[in-house]
Amino acid sequence: MTDQRTSSTPAPPRPKSSILSSLGRLAAGNRRALFPLLALVLILLGNWLISPSFFSIRVVEGRMLGSIIDIFNRGAPTVLLAIGMTLVIATKGIDLSVGAVIAICGAVAAVLISTTDLSPYVVMLLSVGAGILCGLWNGILVAIFDIQPFIATLILMVVGRGIAQLITEGQIAVFNNPTLEFIGKGTLFGIPFAIILTAIVFVIVYLFIRRTALGLLIESVGANARASYYAGINARLITLMVYVISGICAAIAGLIITTDIKGADANNAGLWLELDAILAVVIGGTLLSGGRFYLALSVIGALIIQSIQTGIFVSGLPPTFNLIVQAVVILAILFLQSEEFRRPFVRAWNRMRKTA
Amino acid sequence: MRQRVRPFTGRQTGLPYAELVGEKMTVQKNTPLLQTQNLTKRFGSVQALSGVDFNLYPGEVHAVLGENGAGKSTLIKLITGVYRRDAGEILLEGKPIDPQSPHEAQALGISTVYQEINLVPTMSVAENIFLGRQPRRFGFIDMRAANARARALLKTYHLDIDVTRTLSTFSIAVQQIVAIARGVDMSAKILILDEPTASLDAQEVQMLFTVIRALKARGIGILLITHFLDQVYQISDRITVLRNGERVGEHLTAELPKMKLITLMLGRELLSETESSGAERAAVGDAGGAFLRTEGIARRGMLQPIDLSVARGEIVGLAGLLGSGRTETAQLIFGVARSDAGSVQVKGRKVAIGSPRQAVQHGFGMCPEDRKVEGIIADLSVRENIILAMQAKRGWLRALPARKQEEIAQQMIAALHIVTPDSSKPAGELSGGNQQKVILARWLASQPEFLILDEPTRGIDVGAHAEIIHIIKNLCAQGMALLVISSELAEVVDYSHRVVVLRDRQKLTELTGEDISEDNIMRAIAEQ
Repeated sequence: MTDQRTSSTPAPPRPKSSILSSLGRLAAGNRRALFPLLALVLILLGNWLISPSFFSIRVVEGRMLGSIIDIFNRGAPTVLLAIGMTLVIATKGIDLSVGAVIAICGAVAAVLISTTDLSPYVVMLLSVGAGILCGLWNGILVAIFDIQPFIATLILMVVGRGIAQLITEGQIAVFNNPTLEFIGKGTLFGIPFAIILTAIVFVIVYLFIRRTALGLLIESVGANARASYYAGINARLITLMVYVISGICAAIAGLIITTDIKGADANNAGLWLELDAILAVVIGGTLLSGGRFYLALSVIGALIIQSIQTGIFVSGLPPTFNLIVQAVVILAILFLQSEEFRRPFVRAWNRMRKTA
Repeated sequence: MRQRVRPFTGRQTGLPYAELVGEKMTVQKNTPLLQTQNLTKRFGSVQALSGVDFNLYPGEVHAVLGENGAGKSTLIKLITGVYRRDAGEILLEGKPIDPQSPHEAQALGISTVYQEINLVPTMSVAENIFLGRQPRRFGFIDMRAANARARALLKTYHLDIDVTRTLSTFSIAVQQIVAIARGVDMSAKILILDEPTASLDAQEVQMLFTVIRALKARGIGILLITHFLDQVYQISDRITVLRNGERVGEHLTAELPKMKLITLMLGRELLSETESSGAERAAVGDAGGAFLRTEGIARRGMLQPIDLSVARGEIVGLAGLLGSGRTETAQLIFGVARSDAGSVQVKGRKVAIGSPRQAVQHGFGMCPEDRKVEGIIADLSVRENIILAMQAKRGWLRALPARKQEEIAQQMIAALHIVTPDSSKPAGELSGGNQQKVILARWLASQPEFLILDEPTRGIDVGAHAEIIHIIKNLCAQGMALLVISSELAEVVDYSHRVVVLRDRQKLTELTGEDISEDNIMRAIAEQ
């Protein structure tokens, strides 16, 4: 029920179909959802105009292939980060360290699987455990020591890649383990497993925050920390938890990235991805000033960013244009969302209707 | 603005300042300075203002009165260009105007000073006065000139302060006058004052009124919004009463008796607020057995050791002047600040309360003084605001089901007469009185045994005021222990079984039974 809180009648809880109903209501024309969805559709249409085979899906050796599948698959890490980042931003925080956490968790997985006899499942758990530790570190700095989130997470952002390099001893740690590789390369029912895993994480996080009171308390603390304190809310615990969730999301993203290329690159894995995640959250309409958050729209935001990147890639435009095109498109989306920017057009439209 | 830095003491009129101020200005009956005709505004299904005519003449103080939700704020915001009107006209000196923003209104000559002073607290007084229009020299800001001009300007307001000091180091009253000085200096036809005296003590109010009278003498039209009826009669020349978005009357203040005014505002007679007698008080006070007992709780620089007890079914009033330690006492009890001495007993058992969360677990609740900052969570819905403390008490794992949330919200909305179209409206969009009720509802939903109310009736209209006092008495009758802080002595005397009098962050005395009266409280405060 993340995205329809403006509706006047409270929705009865329907846990089984919460995502379906969520998407249904998004499509039903919720104003807030309108612009991100519109942007996504326009970009996909643009991609289709540039390369007509954009929406075609082929099945090769039991695995679906196609640009659309590619967007979801390549976008999975950003989507995961955006999920965690949404919650952090809702508390008025920010997590700059997620890119570095990807590198750490990838390094942990790669080194453990190639140098020890541990089962790949234990390795996965330990890698996620590293993500939890990173989240705890951030959370303790922010919640207990009251350090500004920007600075607190900047520390791990800087030091994280150094830690990852120490773990891999400065090499790109390559490995060979079919079980572990399944995360990034595997296919389930023809769908890349990374997509399924991301969807599962989304559902779990969604249920975790909306079936418990965590979502409400996050919004309360983000919207007015002092009043929340007076109301008896344990803001420290809430803050700690969102950074841990962000750490877990980053760890899973790290596992996907690392197992996809069968190697941990401490310098480049997840590089600048934290900025894509922040952008995805903003496109989704969650304000950096905290309070209300929109988990599903952050996912849409992440998919928008990936669609642009994939679109540029398939269009055959020289890769040197990538970043500029991406920036222009995102700027256009943000303008579209700005009421100030829309106002003159809305007025002109109304005037036209009046005269007509 | 350059030519405006001058004393308004007679250079134009030849009269010295004091005489001008002392003189009762007659209201000029010529063309209105500002006129609204048939002003109408609708928000969704709510008709905020319908067909309101309003006239402001030069050199008059025109008070706009009404309950919360009567349309006072909407009227101001239409005049100052914050909102666009749906219908009607706004005329400035006979000419239609259509300000699109407060900035444009300012340029036309309409300045507004809000209750929450819209200046930059971390900048100096002079910087604030000249913000955005600093005097320049060789292209650089000429701070020396700015300081000199600010000093001269404030002197005309009889304010001799160090203009280079940070604004926030001055009292609210001084900040208010600085805001007025800035506004009038920029454009000086109409001054709108929205609840200017809400956080001022009696002496500061008189200081402000002196300024208002002087501005009046300059021919400025002043639109005043306030909840203090005594002040209305003290300073205003004319009164417009709004109710439910409509104008129900425009009268000369001198010709409108107070009782008539109140019935106009409410559209009904006041609830009786003096029900309980001294005899009743004594009986109730002894019945319950102490719920809370503090022994010498204190905090350095905040409060001297204080002993206090509150029984079930008892209302203990905390009386004292501003800054006497009333709020500080409440904060120590509720764990907002940790006490560094003394002990607290709840139901006879010694407890340590170091945070509001722990206080809530012991069955405490507290409606804080600063509703906007410490109370309401503006972005969240009315429903979410109401269930918040209850949810916090249950812990994050045990979420209240949506249906249960709605049920509680609807109960509270009905029980406390909260005016809102539905429970999903953001609480920040409600009027002050309704926000206060939402916070009260938040605590009632958590089913506390002990409730602290810090200025529960401040800044809300007469009707909601009576309702809240009614609620307080009911809660007490149901056996709740209450500690109530209020600046309005009549109110404290009315509902308290016992009154604790504070001065200079110290408990002076305790009044019980027949001894409780406004006179005795004031005598206690004044006593050496």
